[in-house]
Order: sequence, then structure tokens, then C-alpha cells
Amino acid sequence: MTTLTPESQVGRMVDNTVDRPGERAPLVLNMDTFTQVTATVCRVSEAEKAPLAWYIAFAGSLGLLGLLGICIGYLIVTGVGVWGLNNPVMWAYDITNFVFWVGIGHAGTLISAILFLFRQKWRTGINRFAEAMTIFAVICAGTFPGIHVGRVWFAYWLFPIPNQMEMWPQFRSPLLWDVFAVSTYFTVSLLFWYTGMVPDLATLRDRAKGKVQQLAYGLFALGWRGSNRHWHRYERAYLLLAALSTPLVLSVHSVVSFDFATSQLPGWHTTIFPPYFVAGAIFSGFAMVVTLAVPARELFGLKDLITLRHLDNMNKVILVTGCMVGYAYAMEFFIAWYSGAMYEKFAFINRAFGQYWWAYWIMVSCNVITPQLFWFKRIRTSIPIMFVLSIFVNVGMWFERFVIIVTSLANDFLPTSWDLFTPTWVDIGTMVGAFGLFFTLFLLFCRFLPMIAMAEVKAIMPQADPHGAGAGKHGHDHGHGHDKPRDGAHGHH
Amino acid sequence: MATIVTSPTETKPGQPANPAKLYGLIAEFETPGDLMAAAEKVRDAGYKWWDCHTPFPVHGLDKAMGIKRTILPVLVFGAGATGTFAAFLLQAFTNSWDFTIWAGVWVTGYPYLISGKPAMSLPAFIPVMFEVTILFAALTTVSMMFLFNGLPQLYHPLFRSNRFRRASNDRFFISIEARDPKFLPRKTEEFLKSLDPVAVEAVED
Repeated sequence: MTTLTPESQVGRMVDNTVDRPGERAPLVLNMDTFTQVTATVCRVSEAEKAPLAWYIAFAGSLGLLGLLGICIGYLIVTGVGVWGLNNPVMWAYDITNFVFWVGIGHAGTLISAILFLFRQKWRTGINRFAEAMTIFAVICAGTFPGIHVGRVWFAYWLFPIPNQMEMWPQFRSPLLWDVFAVSTYFTVSLLFWYTGMVPDLATLRDRAKGKVQQLAYGLFALGWRGSNRHWHRYERAYLLLAALSTPLVLSVHSVVSFDFATSQLPGWHTTIFPPYFVAGAIFSGFAMVVTLAVPARELFGLKDLITLRHLDNMNKVILVTGCMVGYAYAMEFFIAWYSGAMYEKFAFINRAFGQYWWAYWIMVSCNVITPQLFWFKRIRTSIPIMFVLSIFVNVGMWFERFVIIVTSLANDFLPTSWDLFTPTWVDIGTMVGAFGLFFTLFLLFCRFLPMIAMAEVKAIMPQADPHGAGAGKHGHDHGHGHDKPRDGAHGHH
Repeated sequence: MATIVTSPTETKPGQPANPAKLYGLIAEFETPGDLMAAAEKVRDAGYKWWDCHTPFPVHGLDKAMGIKRTILPVLVFGAGATGTFAAFLLQAFTNSWDFTIWAGVWVTGYPYLISGKPAMSLPAFIPVMFEVTILFAALTTVSMMFLFNGLPQLYHPLFRSNRFRRASNDRFFISIEARDPKFLPRKTEEFLKSLDPVAVEAVED
């Protein structure tokens, strides 16, 4: 389309984290044509061999997945006694991991739905793999309640299916709400992810060299041929899905928090839980997106599509949600004191200075203190620092769930019923193994599916504007659309 | 166009195997702006069986083509309302009422007494009603979108054209089908060429 002009060469050095008034920072760097986007994204799945690091990571993930299989197999043949659970602490690593993974899963839908409704164009660079991450995280999350029920062959009792006892699930229990919330969330996220991927699968189909690829991509592309009559309904459907997913994503972690908040237990029985859990979920989810995006963009050469500006924006979200989480921690303490309830007061002092003080302070330092560093732009735009900080946040958010669940259960109303929780090797193996499941799925996704939503990225390039830089053969003389980008202001979407 | 009969093994995509009838003509454009200008002219020329094919949704093209708004949102609303109602009935039946109905097998409701709460605890039923609303609406959105689009349709005459493969990459196409009442092979080709495309190609059915 365009040849190299001095103007576009200037673009090669552009720092798109700088905001210039009256100008929109470019979200795609060093690319003037749509086919460059296609080539960059498709190269990953079309390459004969993946980068060496991919094989190493995949081998490691498979190893951990094997560990998960062993731990779950051992649990099923022996019973939940292989975990360190005891009488007051009947939920520990299992539910901690469940809440942790569901939380991670929130970033994908937030990016694809909420940022879509807010017309945040930078979402296009990261939404596809964030959505993939969501689905894999929800798979990990779903594993835990499934195996936690003990006799897994009765897991179907979770659903309202007629059974031999002529009994139904108890719909007044938040645990059952959770079944519906998480399974709906998984289904809708999968639909969203797949629907978004259909046009890109068609691109892979049209470029496929081998018969197998042609058939596999062709089958899943459903015969998509870019028809504008199809795009019209597709865009409507996408908007509807975004509008449906937005309240859904907020409801899911709210319902997860009801598992705790509707109980009478000191430390759980608080009204701040739903918003606090949702903020925490977004916080941890974005941290995981950064953890995954940083190596992925290096490894697969996607730095021009997942630019520093995308990472900078995500770090800002981490900062904001980190502040919300910090506020929630403080408010919990305040309410515990202000309520005048002796048990509440004890529960919170016990969290910070009791037997699990170390877990509490790991949580506070990782979730409240480290994200504050993101106030500084130099830190927000430094790849190594943000990678380390994102891992801190992941660790902190795991500990947050551990602290909430275990400290409240271990020391409740009656000192005679107190007990401490110590994890067994099966607890630890299952927790670590879940990362194996997650990374195995994620690495397979990176290798074989379009990691970036090509169609969506193309649509936000200045060249895609039929009235601007894409206005035709004689159109690109008057500026690349970089100088006077339009605000999507063509009225008729 | 081609009248040579080739054996199926020698067939390549884009080369019709049989002297089949014409599916239509496609015109290729380089930019969304060119496509948009051309689409307005095709619309004004009164064609009905025609389409644009683009690698991404081009804003404003719906108007340029004169596409009517889809009724999808109405169906989705209906599906959502059905979900709300279905979830209410499910919970009320299984937890509040005790009559027997036939749902594949004979099933009986069971009014649970939990913590002295009323059998019909509507507030406690709301989370599940909400989730099922979203579930029904989302499933309807996606299935109806593909259904209305006539997908999945794994084979289409346009896939015969090698040129057309760029429609999922970086080129913009207009296709006019032979079944259009206004379609006359020679005349329509002339018309498409007048729209200043990169190329015009005939596609066999």
C-alpha cells in the first residue's frame, strides 16, 4: 500500500507511551500495511518449529501437569485426607487455588468486554491471549471444587439433575450459585473467545500450506468469508456479548465472595467482599496478563503489536486496582474495630499478628506496597521491573485468598475448636501442578492459534479508516492519519 | 468462462473443473476507501445479490451497502427473559414446590427447610436467575448470529478464487452474483471495471 516515506521512518523510533495533545498515540508500530500484521501474527503458528524456549517451557509445563495428575489420582483413590485439612480448617489450599484461578480469569473478559464498551482501542493488542488465559484459568479453577467434593464420581450432584435419591441441590446456598456463576462464565468466555477468533481462523485457513492445517483451520473458521453482511451481524453480536459479559464478570467474583460473606464466620462476614473481590480479581488478572505478555512478545516477535503503551496501560490498571485492594484491607480493619464485635476485632488482629502473620505481611507487601511503584513511569515502562512486580502481585493475591480462608477458619469463635493448617505434599503438588495445566494449555494456544486478534488490530490502524488514511489511492498524500487521527467519529457504527 | 473439462485430480482452486455456470464476478480493491466508494455505486445501480468482503469490519460500509439493521438484539432479549423465567421455575420447582412433573423422567419437587427460611426465598434465587439469563442470552447471540449468516458453510464458490484469499488478509472485494436480476455478464463486468478496481475476476459456481 504505502512505500517507506520519511514520515513512516520517523514512526520507527516513535515512543508511543508519550501523550501528545491533539494526537492519538499509535498502537501498531513499524507497520504500514495490513499484510504486515497478518504476517507477524501468523508467523508464530506457521513456523516449522517453535522457538527453543517454547519447547523448554512446554516440557516443564507437561512435567507439572503430570504432577497434578499424580496428586489428583492419589487423592481420588485415597480420599481428601491426603490434604492437610482438619476439623475447623476444612477449606484451605483447594479453595485458595480455586479463588486464585477464578480471579486470574477475570482480566480476559474485562479486557474484551468492559474495555470494548469503553472503546479502549489498545485492548485489541492483548484481548485474544487475555481471553485464552481466562479460559485456561477457569479450567484450573473448576478443577478444585470438582476434586474437593471428595467423592468425585458424585460431582454431578452439583447440578440439578434428577438422581436416585430424588433430591435436588439447595438453591439458597451460595455454593450452588457458584456452580452456576462459574459454569456460565466459562461458557460465555469460551463463546466470546471463539467468536472473536473466527475471522482470524479464516485468515490462517486462507494462508495454510498443508492439508491438515487447511482442514483444521477451515473447519473451525466455519466458512467465514469476510462478507460485510456477516460482519454486520457479527459486530452486533460482539457488542451484545460485551454488554452481557460486563455484568457477568462483575457477578462471578461477587458470587465467589458470597461463599464467604454469607457465612457467620468472623473475617468472612463482611459486606465489602463483593467489590473487594472483584477489584482483587482484576488486579491479579492483569498481573498475570503482564507476566504472560512480557515473555510472549519477546519470544514470538510481537513487540510492534503488544507495544510498551499496552504494557504501560495494564500497569496503570494494576496500580488502580492495587489501590482499591489496599483500601479494602484498611476498611476491613476499620470496620472490625468500628463494629465493636469482639470476634471480628480478634479475627483481624489475629490475621496480622497471629500464627499466620507471615502470610498476612507477604500479602500486604506484595499487593499494597509493590504496585505503588507503578506511580513512576520509568517503572511502568521498564520490562524487567514490571515482570518482577507482576509476579509479586500473583504471589500476593494467592496469599490474600490463603489469609482470608485459613486464618478465619483456624481461629473462629471457640478457642477449644481452634486448629492450625499445615499443607501436605499433595496440597503443594496440586497447587504447583495447576500451573502446569495452565501453562500447557497456554503454550499450545500460542503455538497453534492466532495470539493477537488480527482483524481487530487492522480495524484500529489509521489505514482502516475509509475517510482518513485508507481513503483510497490518492488518499495517503494528505497525512498518514497519524497527524489527525479521528475519534471513530463517523457516526454510523 | 473456462470450457475445458479437466479431471478432478488436476483441479486447482480457482480453476473450475467443469463447464459450470457462473457464480458471479468479483472486483478487488486496495483500500477501504476505494471499496466504500464502489459499494455506494453498486448499491445505487440497484443490485440486490451482492456483497463486500473485507478482512475487518469497515465502518460506514453497512450504510454504503444499504444493509438493514439485524433483529438479533430482539431475539437476545427474548432469550434472556426466557432464561430468567426458566431459572426461577427451576429453583421454585426443585426447592419450594412438591408436585411431580414429567421432564424426560418423572421428577418431584422437594421443599427444603433450611435455617427456617421460607420455601419460596426469591432473593436467594436471584443470583442463579441472573446467571441463567446471561447464559441463554449469550448462547442465543452466538448461535443466531452464525445461523443468520448461513454459517457454518464450509464450501463456497468464492473459495475457488486464489485472488479472493486476500479478503482475509489485506484486500477488499465486491462480489455480484449471477442470480441477481440485473446481472448481465458483459455489462456487469464493464460496470465493475468502471469502479476503478485492481482486478475483476469471474468465479464459477
